[in-house]
Amino acid sequence: MVAPPYDIEAVRRDFPILEQKVNGQALVYLDSAASSQRPRAVIDAVRRHYETSHANVHRGAHELSVRATEAYEDARACVAAHIGAEDAAEIVFVRGTTEAINLVAGSLGKAHIGPGDEILLTKMEHHSNLVPWQLLAERTGATLRFVDVSPEGRLVLDDYARMLSERTRLVGVTHISNSLGVINPVREIAALAHEAGAFCLVDGAQAAPHLALDMGALGCDFYAFSGHKMCGPTGIGVLWARRAILEEMPPYQGGGEMIASVTLAGSTWAAVPHKFEAGTPNIAGAVGLGAAIRYLNAIGLDAIRRYETELLGYALERLGEIEGLRIYGPTDERVGVLSFTYLDVHAHDLATILDQRGIAIRAGHHCNQPLMEHLGVDATARASLYLYSTFQEVDALCEALHLAGEIFCRSA
Amino acid sequence: MSKRVNSPDGTSIDRSIPSTLSDLFQEVILDHYRRPRNKGPLEAPTHTITMNNPLCGDVIELSLSVQADRIAEVRYEGRGCSISQAAASMMTERLKGAKLGEARALSAKFTRLLHGEEELQRDEKLGDLRALAGVSKFPVRIKCALLGFNCLDELVGKPVARGRGPGSGPGEHR
Repeated sequence: MVAPPYDIEAVRRDFPILEQKVNGQALVYLDSAASSQRPRAVIDAVRRHYETSHANVHRGAHELSVRATEAYEDARACVAAHIGAEDAAEIVFVRGTTEAINLVAGSLGKAHIGPGDEILLTKMEHHSNLVPWQLLAERTGATLRFVDVSPEGRLVLDDYARMLSERTRLVGVTHISNSLGVINPVREIAALAHEAGAFCLVDGAQAAPHLALDMGALGCDFYAFSGHKMCGPTGIGVLWARRAILEEMPPYQGGGEMIASVTLAGSTWAAVPHKFEAGTPNIAGAVGLGAAIRYLNAIGLDAIRRYETELLGYALERLGEIEGLRIYGPTDERVGVLSFTYLDVHAHDLATILDQRGIAIRAGHHCNQPLMEHLGVDATARASLYLYSTFQEVDALCEALHLAGEIFCRSA
Repeated sequence: MSKRVNSPDGTSIDRSIPSTLSDLFQEVILDHYRRPRNKGPLEAPTHTITMNNPLCGDVIELSLSVQADRIAEVRYEGRGCSISQAAASMMTERLKGAKLGEARALSAKFTRLLHGEEELQRDEKLGDLRALAGVSKFPVRIKCALLGFNCLDELVGKPVARGRGPGSGPGEHR
């Protein structure tokens, strides 16, 4: 069967924010790796929730509360199905990837990690998969170790295998680097972690927007991602973990919603996942995330991936033609997160020039300071592509880069 | 100035440099960026401070040798965008030999220039720093231009409050 052509114009019409001018130019949004935009389906779902169904959840004494609870739990089931979880109880709603990782570091860390234990991370982790472990190491006396990154921008797997030992308690790795765009072989990494008797946590913030996920096949123990990078609302994210592990873990925060019973002498905990969801959750956010997942699946993750791969190929080719431009990360097994430097124009200056052309990119260290140091740069510019990005936008980026070159070469 | 070229699909593309950008990235700024003045270590400084802009990673280390209320020597080290590095380089040119009171006054004046006070563009005391007046049209870049002066303020005391706008304090996030 031949796949129907990808209707980019129809996709773009779904995103109202894209139809605007910025600094007098048509908006070219190339910062989706920082936060994607939302389709009308998501905006409407959140609005509809507030207009028709909002109340607090799991207090079901009245009709609206029942509706809100159903919508919230329906979103959980939707996430579970989307990532191939065995059970909706394995989906913990959190604020985002950062909170998901802090939850694991705080809870699992307290129960399972002590002095002399090792947490094995990589040199390409986002600060959100580094700083929580630094805090845990400070608290527990555990040691952090880091798998090297090759000059091409891939994890050095031999290095990884060598560093695993019986002291390794947890391996934390990003599925896709937010600076290099490289897709890491997390299945292999998780399998090796398990052979060494360690847990494996995967930061899926950059992968969940682009890849079809199957927790069963991936084989890790924890998977964290954010709604706002995959067309969902801000302030909602997911921690997936195997049910047996979640049941073993102590609570992360205390409060309402996460208890079974409370006395002044002590409390008992609700069943998973509620044990980890203290306080009133982001109900509308969960509803919006459910809508985002349905939206992406209606287009088809495979169709999106095919289109993005074609667009990425074009972007690599066009950017590769620009003299003085250097792209970081490999050319294959990657997504359209393109970090680059151009001549001696600092990334921040590039971002200002591009912004005047209506082009939104990220500039700086991308919450990746150790990786930037490893690459020997202070900062890079980063253009990131998503399902609504176009070939014309890649052309506009290249044109604006030529302009930046002209501005900076006046006196050189 | 208009300069048009033909793109592969036959449509013409405007390649002229917009004046807001040529005003921001003036040639004198690019000159200081690429050929910084007074850059490098200072032997036996009396004052040293390092400050960074956590948003974009710009870093300036400013060192002074102050003798009898006067800045006898000044040097800086740093890395970052053209605006932060050129502003620091230009600042050091104005500081050499200045009394501490003059240094404070310079900082106050420069801050006012960045917040759009046009008459300061003719103030010769500011020297090459006047080229940074265009930054006032790019509010997110004001922090870059002020990084070197934030170091100076910390070392010699803040200038009188007049004219210090928001976003000019050290270590502030935005």
